[in-house]
Amino acid sequence: MSGVERIAAAFARAKAERRVALIPYLCAGDPDAATTAAILAAIAPSVDVIEIGIPYGDPLADGPTIAAAAQRALDGGMTIDGALALARDASREDGPPIIMFTYVNPIVQYGLERFAEAMFAAGAAGAIVPDVPLEEIGPIRSAFAPRGLALPLLVAPTTPLERAAGIAEASDGFVYLVSRLGVTSAQREPDFDWIAGRVARLRERTPKPIAVGFGIATPEHVRRVSAIADGAIVGSALIDACAGYRGDEAVARVGAFLEGLAATA
Amino acid sequence: MDAAFADAEFWAEYRALLRDFVGRPSPLMEATRYVAEPNAATLLFKREDLNHTGAHKINNTVGQGLLAQRMAKRRLIAETGAGQHGVATATIGAKLGIPVDVFMGAIDVERQSLNVYVMQLLGARVHPVTSGTQTLKDATNEAFREWAGRVEDTFYVIGSVVGAHPYPYMVREFQRIIGVEARAQVLERYERLPTDVIACVGGGSNAMGIFSGFVDDASVRLWGVEAAGHGLSSPDTAASLNAGTIGILHGSRSYVLQSAEGQVRNTHSISAGLDYPGVGPEHAFLKESGRAAYVAATDEEALAAFHRCAEREGIVPALESAHALAFAERLALERGRDGLVLVNLSGRGDKDTRHVAALESRQ
Ligand SMILES: Cc1ncc(COP(=O)(O)O)c(C=O)c1O
Repeated sequence: MSGVERIAAAFARAKAERRVALIPYLCAGDPDAATTAAILAAIAPSVDVIEIGIPYGDPLADGPTIAAAAQRALDGGMTIDGALALARDASREDGPPIIMFTYVNPIVQYGLERFAEAMFAAGAAGAIVPDVPLEEIGPIRSAFAPRGLALPLLVAPTTPLERAAGIAEASDGFVYLVSRLGVTSAQREPDFDWIAGRVARLRERTPKPIAVGFGIATPEHVRRVSAIADGAIVGSALIDACAGYRGDEAVARVGAFLEGLAATA
Repeated sequence: MDAAFADAEFWAEYRALLRDFVGRPSPLMEATRYVAEPNAATLLFKREDLNHTGAHKINNTVGQGLLAQRMAKRRLIAETGAGQHGVATATIGAKLGIPVDVFMGAIDVERQSLNVYVMQLLGARVHPVTSGTQTLKDATNEAFREWAGRVEDTFYVIGSVVGAHPYPYMVREFQRIIGVEARAQVLERYERLPTDVIACVGGGSNAMGIFSGFVDDASVRLWGVEAAGHGLSSPDTAASLNAGTIGILHGSRSYVLQSAEGQVRNTHSISAGLDYPGVGPEHAFLKESGRAAYVAATDEEALAAFHRCAEREGIVPALESAHALAFAERLALERGRDGLVLVNLSGRGDKDTRHVAALESRQ
């Protein structure tokens, strides 16, 4: 199965089981590669899709939690190849598809073709590149599509509906609905009534699964998203749950946190 | 923006504020003693240092402030390095009655404490940024993040020809006045065009401003002077066009000081206003098309020019502008008597005096 198909299958399975797809985000190498590898191995059986962040020093879409995680990872020497090696080791035919999350500059420097080939070889299903607008996705799409790799796109709260429909049309695997204005952070409460209205309007325009991210932090949030959308993306809160810990202790903390979320998914 | 740009009334308002509030046109001055060699070119200073608030930055903030007012935004935010753009934004905010929040790297807050106080006097709130390198790049990151959360009521006043479209274009249009005035002033007084135009380049706004007056005059050579810091081959530099590679930073594709993996490098310059790892995309275009040439001056050269200009012309220049002056000395000698070399003196150096004094007492 191609990356795009594996993502579609993961959403279809969650839907068949009447759950919202649970999509955790981890920053590769925070605080070290071994800890990330151990967390990935431990959580794979209980989540639907995994996002692995390639750390970047100037993450404009991220708040303090993920920015600090990226800095810890970079200080520990994490690289693009290092992040892809983690993806390769965690990737299983019958496991959750892995999507890389990366800012555009690192992969442009790495080379888009080379990055796509390396992702394919690592068994990753695709990548989210949050700082590329619809008009500029061409070169990335051209590198990804022949390898069956997905490029899910983001819809912001301020995106006009017509444009959102166009983004959804061009998006692979699912549509990433940003739940509120601003950057990633677990600090501010999402407005679920607003999200519900937005999802309803998007549903009229696209049959693709819709996953909600930015600010989804608690079991109660996941429960609310499960009534509205197809996927819940959880990043900052998960990093908060294990920040400052390594190895087994970090694994145990992430495990307990995700168990709480899975109960309401 | 397009609607405002097409509206003569908008430009009339802009020009009236530049005249009555900023004090434009800024003078053109012959610098008779700065080089003082009988065989050197005639050296001219475009006196942006005499603008209200002491730099070219206010030309842009007046324009963006008026635009924000038209769009009924209730708050201005800005990033600042040297503090000049922060002061210029706080100033137009006070004038137009729009509250201002300024993001400034914690290191720059330290280096430019006078400007921090001035911003506060003008009623702005200054937010020290402690992430990353704690300088202009991180202040810009933080301003973008703040803006992402408040786009509906907030106007982000970017201080240079950087960022995503339309900023590089818009800021250049607001700085174009420098070049338009300078061209007319030189022609009127010398009945010919300058042979060379020199400006320092951080993000590149004062340079784009003065270059726009001359870019269509093929005979006029355009020179951008970047901050070499400790030297172009040292890691402690801020010269993106000279020592960087093409990358994507803050929404535009241009030269960036970065690692092979695309991580933005820490930069260094003695002047906070040039301490930025990127540069406006139009400068990348001017470089690649060969229309402008980009050189660099080290901290040491800029400091020498800073003193020389103070002692020989009675003007304490901004450390940023001192980079342009350092190169101007070299070029004026090279051009010889037929040369007519125009330098954009982008700002005055009051803000730098404490920093320079501290640096020199340490040596
Ligand atoms: C006096 C002065 N000149 C130059 C600059 C550099 O900016 P730009 O390259 O956009 O003109 C600054 C920035 O703070 C400044 O204060």
